[in-house]
Amino acid sequence: MDAESLLLSLELASGSGQGLSPDRRASLLTSLTLVKRDYRYDRVLFWGRILGLVADYYIAQGLSEDQLAPRKTLYSLNCMEWSLLPPATEEMVVQTSVVKGRFMGDPSHEYEHTELQKTSEGDKVFEEEVVVQIKEETRLVSVIDQIDKAVAVIPRGALFKTPFGPIHVNRTFEGLSLSEAKKLSSYFHFREPVELRNKTLLEKADLDPSLDFMDSLEHDIPKGSWSIQAERGNALVVLRSLLWPGLTFFHAPRTKNCGYIYVGTGEKNIDLPFML
Amino acid sequence: MEDLTYPKQEQENQEPGEAGRPWEEIAASSQDPKSGLSEPLEPEERPETGPSPRSSPAQSPRSRASTPLDDLTGPGASSSLSPPQEASFSPTLALARQEHSDKTTNVNPKAGTPRSHHLEQSSDKGEWTAPATCQSEGNAFQQSQQTKHHLYGPKDVSDNSSKQKELRFNIFQEEDSNSNYDLDHAGPGVSEAAPSLLEIAIQSAKAYLQKTSSKSGLNLYDHLSDMLTKVLDERPENAVDIIESISQDVKMAHFRKKLDTLQNENEMLPIYEIAEKQKALFLQGNLEGADQELEDEIAENSLPNVMESAFYFEQAGVGLGTDETYRIFLALKQLTDTHPIQRCRFWGKILGLEMNYIVAEVEFREGEDEEDIEDEDVTEERDDGDSEAEENDEDELPRTFYKTPQAIPKEESRTGANKYVYFVCNEPGGPWVKLPSVTPAQIVTARKIKKFFTGRLETPIVSYPPFPGNESNYLRAQIARISAGTHVSPLGFYQFGEEEGEEEEEVEGRRDSFEENPDFEGIQVIDLVESLSNWVHHVQHILSQGRCNWFNPIQKSEEEEEEEDEEKEEEKGEEPDYMEQEVGPPLLTPISEDLEIQNIPPWTTRLSSNLVPQYAIAVLRSNLWPGAYAFSNGKKFENVYIGWGHKYSPDNYTPPALPPVYQEYPSGAEITEMDDPSVEEEQAFEASREAAALPVEEMEDTEEDEDEENDED
Repeated sequence: MDAESLLLSLELASGSGQGLSPDRRASLLTSLTLVKRDYRYDRVLFWGRILGLVADYYIAQGLSEDQLAPRKTLYSLNCMEWSLLPPATEEMVVQTSVVKGRFMGDPSHEYEHTELQKTSEGDKVFEEEVVVQIKEETRLVSVIDQIDKAVAVIPRGALFKTPFGPIHVNRTFEGLSLSEAKKLSSYFHFREPVELRNKTLLEKADLDPSLDFMDSLEHDIPKGSWSIQAERGNALVVLRSLLWPGLTFFHAPRTKNCGYIYVGTGEKNIDLPFML
Repeated sequence: MEDLTYPKQEQENQEPGEAGRPWEEIAASSQDPKSGLSEPLEPEERPETGPSPRSSPAQSPRSRASTPLDDLTGPGASSSLSPPQEASFSPTLALARQEHSDKTTNVNPKAGTPRSHHLEQSSDKGEWTAPATCQSEGNAFQQSQQTKHHLYGPKDVSDNSSKQKELRFNIFQEEDSNSNYDLDHAGPGVSEAAPSLLEIAIQSAKAYLQKTSSKSGLNLYDHLSDMLTKVLDERPENAVDIIESISQDVKMAHFRKKLDTLQNENEMLPIYEIAEKQKALFLQGNLEGADQELEDEIAENSLPNVMESAFYFEQAGVGLGTDETYRIFLALKQLTDTHPIQRCRFWGKILGLEMNYIVAEVEFREGEDEEDIEDEDVTEERDDGDSEAEENDEDELPRTFYKTPQAIPKEESRTGANKYVYFVCNEPGGPWVKLPSVTPAQIVTARKIKKFFTGRLETPIVSYPPFPGNESNYLRAQIARISAGTHVSPLGFYQFGEEEGEEEEEVEGRRDSFEENPDFEGIQVIDLVESLSNWVHHVQHILSQGRCNWFNPIQKSEEEEEEEDEEKEEEKGEEPDYMEQEVGPPLLTPISEDLEIQNIPPWTTRLSSNLVPQYAIAVLRSNLWPGAYAFSNGKKFENVYIGWGHKYSPDNYTPPALPPVYQEYPSGAEITEMDDPSVEEEQAFEASREAAALPVEEMEDTEEDEDEENDED
């Protein structure tokens, strides 16, 4: 959610039960404006909160003019002092996929993972148990990246592609209409498109290239991994991800208010197919 | 050519009042608002006249388009924009022109020149006027037209072409308004001359732009003018960047009017419905009644102070928004008003796929609640039916060993897992529905499955092992498990009631009643955070049987043995003679005794705020049931659950394996298949049979011996 409309967004996203306490809210409002100035970001998003056993991580992201460019992620333990996280790489994701369980809350904590590695000495092949240390910071980076790639949501029309390439915020976005807001196809993944190229020509013919340049949520696998609800009659549409429980996306139709926040343990819900 | 025209134009400038130039005066009067337009026109045209010759070959194809003169006046007259629009256009045009112009240095403000251009244009529009300079002026005009084309031509590439077209047509607009005058006044000197091909081209281009689209009924000309009007009215920043969106908005505005009433009603209806329902919540308090009732209400208030708890939870970062909490508060009030409730508590919110559940934990007043006994009767009948069927089939089919395990009866109301009654609603303002009591079978099965709630209570739960009930039962079972697992209170808040011989006499050997401790003095918040032993469970633990109080199924089976036939006693041998009594942690156990989940502590404690520790509260977060929270400020405490309703497990969920195929029939001689004999065995058997047959025929005495030999085979 945009740091500028933080209070309203928190109020709208409060239906999921997790919010922020007043002191965190106040510190966020202050510190995020400073972050924006210091790092010279175009927009600062408050991404959410990852609950750890000892402490919680508060995550913010900074965006440049081009909305789809790789974002800078910052974390803080007390909503005041923010530290920049390194960008995520494929290697990190692979490495941390073996770590399971909750986050500790201490960025310097190291997970130990024993692997069997084959080392050959001459003719013999030994299988050694190597203990690999994985830092929690790495895990944090890869989890945030996975969540962003999997479930970050933006409504159709909120961004548009300029002829020169960069993606800009659409200033004339007035919000989705009520009928559109209830359909999953009006929401896109806020990331580089993956499925778009696989669409048939017939489907592509109906797309508007300046608006439909991202994947929609409609074809997510497993089907039904999004729960879409209209609260307060139709005045607020809330999407909750079932794959990463804790991610809430809200949008008030016919207004510009939209945003998403993740408050959860940072673990994927692998049991989803059983639960549907 | 050029030299000829300019001095003449200067003349015209200096003699504005000449009667022979009626069009000039008219032009002056009607074009005052356009003077702004006129001025900047000139600097651009003057320098452009230089390179005009080289542009003419490029422009000549355009000028060859032929359009009858009639067409020029017709569309011109009909589509003239109102003067105010033109006036508003002119400043922007002035600005636009100056933006485009690269050569503003060569400003030679011969103010009359552009006006004369207009005049010439207008004269071309109408008819060629008498003055001798007409031809040369016409040519000059032609050149200037060319230069104008030149000016516009290369810039058509950019997206300013729309504005340029507007510019052109504004000029035409002005001409059109002038042409009316001209027709009147320039009558006598009219001589029909071939209209310039360029004007014809311009007119045809304009006509093209005014062509109505067959799909939408709009034409580009009007659309562009609407769009520019909107831009000028609203003055957005960086309009050029959002011009496409503005265009779309203008188009949509055409259609919105027509379909307004139809569409909006359908969509807005649910909002209004919900608002009406919630309005009813707010109005329920305004009952007409004497002050007596108000006092009664305050005295017997069973309503919890939800807002106060919500305030504390907000300090911890938990909770629904203030508005929703207030509405829940009012909905609880409605619940307490309509039902005879002793105590009521906001239990929490369970999220679902389509709708959510708001759960209230309620304790009815003594003797007021209803009990449903139906479920138990049904199961008992089924058992009897099975046993009867078996007796009838005794002679024909082998009887199975399998006997349905006896259904463990559910606990009585107000005890154990059914201590409280739960009401749910989907939205505050919606109707409250009472959830049925929970049975042990449901709890046992609920532990084995993991399903999302949909939000509708009648949804069937399709799972393995099959869940005995629908979503309302599953919801109730989960609520029972969550309450048993996560409802905690500070040590000492509750104490046991008076104990008089409870422990030894009862089979369960456990105390299951507690009451508030009036002497509770509170615990320091710091202590509550640091040590988990300061918190205790105040809800009974649910055994693996599914009940809180142990139920011994063996007792009943002994009674059954006496009733049934002797033949059945053989089959009873498979059941154990006794079952170990399941024991769980007793009530009011400190939560430090809770089991860890794979090295993760089951509870996380925090102070709500590190910045102001003197007023902070202690917050407990359950790691076993994510979404369960408890807070305490030393004296007060509260529990709440907001979440999906599932237990946390670091490992994946695996559905339980199917049981092995049950051996239904005893493997006796009549049923058991024998292997087919191998060839050698058959031959040996044949041989022995023949051997037996021969002596039988000869000597019947040795039959028995040989039979014995045969048997040995």
